[in-house]
Amino acid sequence: MSAPDDLASAVRDETVATDQVTQERTRPAGLGPVGWLRWAWRTLTSMRTALILLFLFALGSVPGSIYPQRGVDPAQVAQYFKNNPTQAEWLDRFWLFDVFSSPWFAAIYLLLFLSLAGCVFPRVLVHAKEIRRKPPAAPRNLLRLPHGEAFESGLTLEQAAAALKRRRFRVVTGDGWVAAEKGYLRETGNLLFHFALLGLLFAVGAGGLYGYRGNVLVVEGDGFSNAVAAYDRFMPGSRVTAESLEPFSFTLKDFQASYVAAGDRQGQPLDYLAKLTVQDSPTAPPREVDLKVNEPLDVDGTLTYLIGHGYAPTFRVTDGKGQVAYEGPVPCLADDQATYTSECVIKVPDAQPTQLGFLVRFLPTTVPSGDAWVSVFPGAANPTVQIFPFAGDLGLKSGQPQSVYQLDTTNLKPLGAMSAQPTPLNVGETKELADGAGKIQFTGVKEWISLQITYDPGREPALLAAAAAVIGLVLSLTVRRRRLWVRVKDGTVTVGGLTRTEGGGAAFAEEFAQIVTALRGGPPAGGPDDGAAERPPAGKPQIGKPQAGEPGTPEPSEPEGSGSAGHVLSDAPTGNAAPGGRPDEE
Amino acid sequence: MPAPVTQNVNESLATLSDQLILVTVLLYLAAMICYALDLAFGRARTVVAARRRELVGAGGPALPEDATGDTAEASGPQPAAWAVRAGTVGVVLTWIGWAANLGGILTRGFAVDRWPWANMYEFVVAICFAAVTAFLVLLIRQPIRFLGAFVTVTAALGLGFAVLFLHVQAGPVTPALHSYWIAIHVTAAIVASGLFIVAGVSAILYLIRKDGRASVLPGKESLERVAHRAIVTAFPIWTFAVIAGALWADRAWGRYWGWDPKEVWSFITWIVYAAYLHARATAGWRGKAAMIISLVAFACLMFNLVGVNIFFSGLHSYADVPK
Ligand code: HEM
Repeated sequence: MSAPDDLASAVRDETVATDQVTQERTRPAGLGPVGWLRWAWRTLTSMRTALILLFLFALGSVPGSIYPQRGVDPAQVAQYFKNNPTQAEWLDRFWLFDVFSSPWFAAIYLLLFLSLAGCVFPRVLVHAKEIRRKPPAAPRNLLRLPHGEAFESGLTLEQAAAALKRRRFRVVTGDGWVAAEKGYLRETGNLLFHFALLGLLFAVGAGGLYGYRGNVLVVEGDGFSNAVAAYDRFMPGSRVTAESLEPFSFTLKDFQASYVAAGDRQGQPLDYLAKLTVQDSPTAPPREVDLKVNEPLDVDGTLTYLIGHGYAPTFRVTDGKGQVAYEGPVPCLADDQATYTSECVIKVPDAQPTQLGFLVRFLPTTVPSGDAWVSVFPGAANPTVQIFPFAGDLGLKSGQPQSVYQLDTTNLKPLGAMSAQPTPLNVGETKELADGAGKIQFTGVKEWISLQITYDPGREPALLAAAAAVIGLVLSLTVRRRRLWVRVKDGTVTVGGLTRTEGGGAAFAEEFAQIVTALRGGPPAGGPDDGAAERPPAGKPQIGKPQAGEPGTPEPSEPEGSGSAGHVLSDAPTGNAAPGGRPDEE
Repeated sequence: MPAPVTQNVNESLATLSDQLILVTVLLYLAAMICYALDLAFGRARTVVAARRRELVGAGGPALPEDATGDTAEASGPQPAAWAVRAGTVGVVLTWIGWAANLGGILTRGFAVDRWPWANMYEFVVAICFAAVTAFLVLLIRQPIRFLGAFVTVTAALGLGFAVLFLHVQAGPVTPALHSYWIAIHVTAAIVASGLFIVAGVSAILYLIRKDGRASVLPGKESLERVAHRAIVTAFPIWTFAVIAGALWADRAWGRYWGWDPKEVWSFITWIVYAAYLHARATAGWRGKAAMIISLVAFACLMFNLVGVNIFFSGLHSYADVPK
């Protein structure tokens, strides 16, 4: 029982914050508004609340993976509404199709980040003080520390201090002792990590406000210029104005897709390549760009991505009066990715005497199969179209918005006898329509690509914040805070040390042994790794203690001290001192 | 215009790879049996609560409980020498199995001339390899041989599952996977998952282990420490994997984060592991509660690995699970 108080002071830290909090916590309620506010703030910034909010954050994300999300796949949400209308309505009431932009999800993460801020700002102050503080004076009996050793030596205090300084300890010298401390980077890293999370939140938020995202479909030979009207779907942040769009433009010269030609994986895509001619601004010289998956086009931070492709067969429709009423490509949607059998719709509102509409099935590599025709390969090796013509009212005047990929057949009647498998047309062939309604010619095959264009000013700050978070995390999880004291008296040197980081005992034992060796100025008595983890029984320094826990040498349970017999892993008794003041830290 | 291309697959290497994986399963099972013999007939340990350290009673600082409630492990009677030797044979077999596992992965990679973790089968094989690697590396420095039986059986089951239900012929992958990011992002995810598996196994043993009873397992604290150390190592790697995934998504899909199901579950996994780390620093949550949280996180990890590929459709649908 030599010096408990000393030991206590050796491991104890600034306890100001902790004490303050404990008092606050235990104070009875009924304090008036200020007291309640303080209580609320304390509760919000406590570790337990942080823990609960973390769970809620995780739990709240789950429905976002179960239900289709508008921000990810609006078509699937529409499908859900069609299939289960009542259920969908209820889900929608709880924002379950917009989980990640819902008020309740925002409430969770805002509370969490408020808690985070409230937790780390005070810790910065504590840590700033801590960094400037000197290591505490040596406890009386160093051998009572989790790591301790004594030996005879002519070592002076100055030499000990110098040796510890060389190991980049912070060192103070007192009357007959040297105190040293190291590993402040742990808390620094922890704070950096938590601040980086705050930074990440701001970067993501700013990106959402000042950035935009849009989709557009471009057929070979056509172009695009970056203006709101040119998009098929445009999703701006609330701070985006039409003028802030980067004024670039491009033409799609050619698109190439390659597929596995034969074998098990026949038809699996291998590579996509879109050849663009890009003008960075209306006055800039054109440049040639190869756009590929994973290789977006970058114009001053506005990025254009290749995200999809398909076929756009071209047609010429001549109406009943002999006039060309439609000429050009028709983008088709693939029904089946493996064969690229695609469906297209042609609407010819200008046809006379009645409007014409066509459903078209496009088969890129056609082979007969019984009395039907199928596509067997996604590449256009033998492209044909099967045409289903209609005449009547396309319903475009009703004012209802219509999809270009759907034909509303309510006021249309089929032209001629409808067969499920009309004879396919090859490129160049023409189909005469029944009732003298005109003719349609399959003139060629083009391809289309779909592009996503994004501008997100938060990308780089977010990356910086994420990198800082990783660095902070690694520091805070790998650095150990440790203290070491040396006492020199009458030619006897006593060294004691402890690590203030839980679980850091085994590694510290090694470091401690090395330091002791260095202070001794010679090789250790029993080899480098010799029982370093063991603490000699108090007051009886022992050198070259045999290693415990070897198979075949059963150890009796340790009489005194370390208690780690039989299991070197047990680095429990390494003096896991209470870390800095935090609400409900023990 | 489309230009059909044939991608060559070296069939004999691909077959060799499949055979090596089968050999790996057998070796891991054999190793598991050896470890089990060591556990069953080797030394039993009893955890006895050691005397509390005196400084606590004397108004010392509040030390975390594992510093104060010291435990010592008393050893049982002399273990049978052959049982100890069985354990050693287990380690050797594990190393050979590890080499076969590595060979299986490398030959698959060479057969298709790309990084060999681009579909579910390859990914699961790589994760099992990572788990065994994590165990073997930790074993060099720490006495965790007792984990051997559990790690090898987990790896053997994982590989068996992959071979039986997930196997697809070696072949090329979709264009979105032609990126050096697969080397960075997926590798990090695999390494982290391997370590998380070791942590998960330890956590399960922790919950099974009863205090104060003779058992072939080490004390709860040792189990807790192995789990903690593995998680602390894996967590930054997992964080990095998620960030690298975001960087890749930024290249491939035009946004770094889009709440795709796979992204959602990586995020959930990350948050729950962070919750575990917090729980360890929160009064009343240390020990059992924290271990349970780590298992919840582990369940999320496994669900992300298997469940998300099977139940949800998303951009990450490369899994190429056989239908
Ligand atoms: C977005 C929310 C948060 C995340 C993802 C997060 C993540 C983490 C992680 C991964 C660690 C372990 C690494 C380390 O020791 O530095 C950690 C530690 C810590 N966090 Fe957080 N944290 C969050 C919010 C908070 C909040 C709100 C508080 C305060 C109430 C807090 C207080 C702490 C403390 C005190 C530690 C150190 C624990 C120790 O000493 O082991 N964190 N956090």
